[in-house]
Amino acid sequence: MRLVTAVIKPFKLDDVKSALESFGVQGLTVSEVNGYGRQKGHTEVYRGAEYTVDFVPKVRLDVVVADDDAHDVVEVITKAAATGQIGDGKVWTTAVDDLVRVRTGERGPDAI
Amino acid sequence: MHFDLNTVDTGNTAWVLASAALVLLMTPGLAFFYGGMVRSKNVLGMLMQNFVTIGIVGVVWVMVAYSLAFGANGFGGFAGNLHQFGLGHMSEQVAGYQGGLAQTIPPLVFMAFQLMFAIITPALITGASADRLKFGAFVVFVTVWIIAVHAPIAHWVFSPEGWLFKKGAEDFAGGTVVHANAGAAGLALAIVLGKRLGWKKDPMRPHNLPFTLLGAGLLWFGWFGFNAGSALGASNLAGVAFVNTNTATCAAMLGWLIVERFRDGHPTTLGAASGAVAGLVAITPAAGFVSPVGAVLLGLVAGAVCALAISLKYRLGYDDALDVVGVHLVGGVVGALLIGFLGTNRGNGGVGLNGLFYGGGVHLLKLQAIAVGAAVGYSFVATLIIAKALDLVMGLRLTRDEEQEGMDTVLHAETAYDFGGVAAGGFSPTQRAATGGPPVGASTGGAARTEGVQA
Repeated sequence: MRLVTAVIKPFKLDDVKSALESFGVQGLTVSEVNGYGRQKGHTEVYRGAEYTVDFVPKVRLDVVVADDDAHDVVEVITKAAATGQIGDGKVWTTAVDDLVRVRTGERGPDAI
Repeated sequence: MHFDLNTVDTGNTAWVLASAALVLLMTPGLAFFYGGMVRSKNVLGMLMQNFVTIGIVGVVWVMVAYSLAFGANGFGGFAGNLHQFGLGHMSEQVAGYQGGLAQTIPPLVFMAFQLMFAIITPALITGASADRLKFGAFVVFVTVWIIAVHAPIAHWVFSPEGWLFKKGAEDFAGGTVVHANAGAAGLALAIVLGKRLGWKKDPMRPHNLPFTLLGAGLLWFGWFGFNAGSALGASNLAGVAFVNTNTATCAAMLGWLIVERFRDGHPTTLGAASGAVAGLVAITPAAGFVSPVGAVLLGLVAGAVCALAISLKYRLGYDDALDVVGVHLVGGVVGALLIGFLGTNRGNGGVGLNGLFYGGGVHLLKLQAIAVGAAVGYSFVATLIIAKALDLVMGLRLTRDEEQEGMDTVLHAETAYDFGGVAAGGFSPTQRAATGGPPVGASTGGAARTEGVQA
């Protein structure tokens, strides 16, 4: 099993969710996060005083998939999240040792 | 002398009563104007200082401060005497309002109208001391300040018994008594308090600009009572003040936005709200004394000058958190001095003197400069002494830990915004014993209170 994590632009969440549903992904966890990459943040001015806002709002998705699906899921997310503009985000995967479905106690890939 | 109730004009009385209610609304409006500009951890602290000012002044004014402001000369002319202590002798004429100045509204109605001015004046100061002033110290400060600073200055300028009034200095609705006075006091208090932790380093951007714009709107609305009500009658003069107030405010908003557009690149909502307030401040002393075109000029100048004045604090190094100096002191002084140029008695039924541009020479400008100098000088020095004394006796400033934690939980044991979730906490319906400390379980606030070290 692999955990696919993506940090994307918030307004792309719907597109990514639809694409993952079409692919067959059954569940998804999202969180609102802030961060920056090479694009950095922006500046705001209040009564002439400049504030730099380094952390830009993003959406983070976490989804656990079977080993065989991981590559395709990354592709699906990348395609759906892309705008071609700066700040589109990142997708990465990590190995998952174990997984339990709390209701039934099923373990491993059956619990995905 | 006895006030003859048969001389009461019902229309005038109705307008002044309605105006008093409008002016009261300005203080909650100010609370939101300021509340939106502070960080979210201090919003209740800011709202509370403004609200409790209504409570304190509402009592102090009735008991003693009204008499000090509008009683017949006492204390060698420094303030009114105590003849109206506890609102005694209110069946008599207000001192000095005789002959051409005779009032057509009951003295009690006049008192109520002036009370609302006395409420908002110290409330304005809270912007300078934002985020770091102890609540108890603030309560004592306002009580002393209304008696020792506001009442005497109101006496000098507003009461026909006052020395500046007798000289002929003009302040239609409180440019010097309310705004320059509060601005000078704010500067003194900010200097005694010192800078907020992390000033010029940590981000302290406004946490809720919609609040600030809402507050500015309420101020603007209430200000029609402040200025047009100061005609003390439902008259042509009230209409002149009403139109000038709106005109100058609109021009000042545009003036501020123009400065922002060229200096910062973007016209901002905070700039629109600030410019409007700067215009309201500046037209206050002049509302009944200028022409509509004069109001446009006065507004444009005030908006642009105040937009530039707010950066002074960064250069001079005093932390006037929400720009009470840049908006109220500078705006009040600009408005009061511009009367010396733009003042005219052609459109208001012959009230007041002509300024430099209307053939009156520099006489009026001199008078205005004397009034501004006296009010600003006295307010600054007296406030500096009061603040320093209170700091020595009881301490003005929150501890370092309390300031970092924020006023809302530390001073009031409350949270402004509950969006549910984990941070909503637990609940116990039983009342805890009054210990004076924060509730059990408010661990961070409790630690800050008990272990806090003086900053």
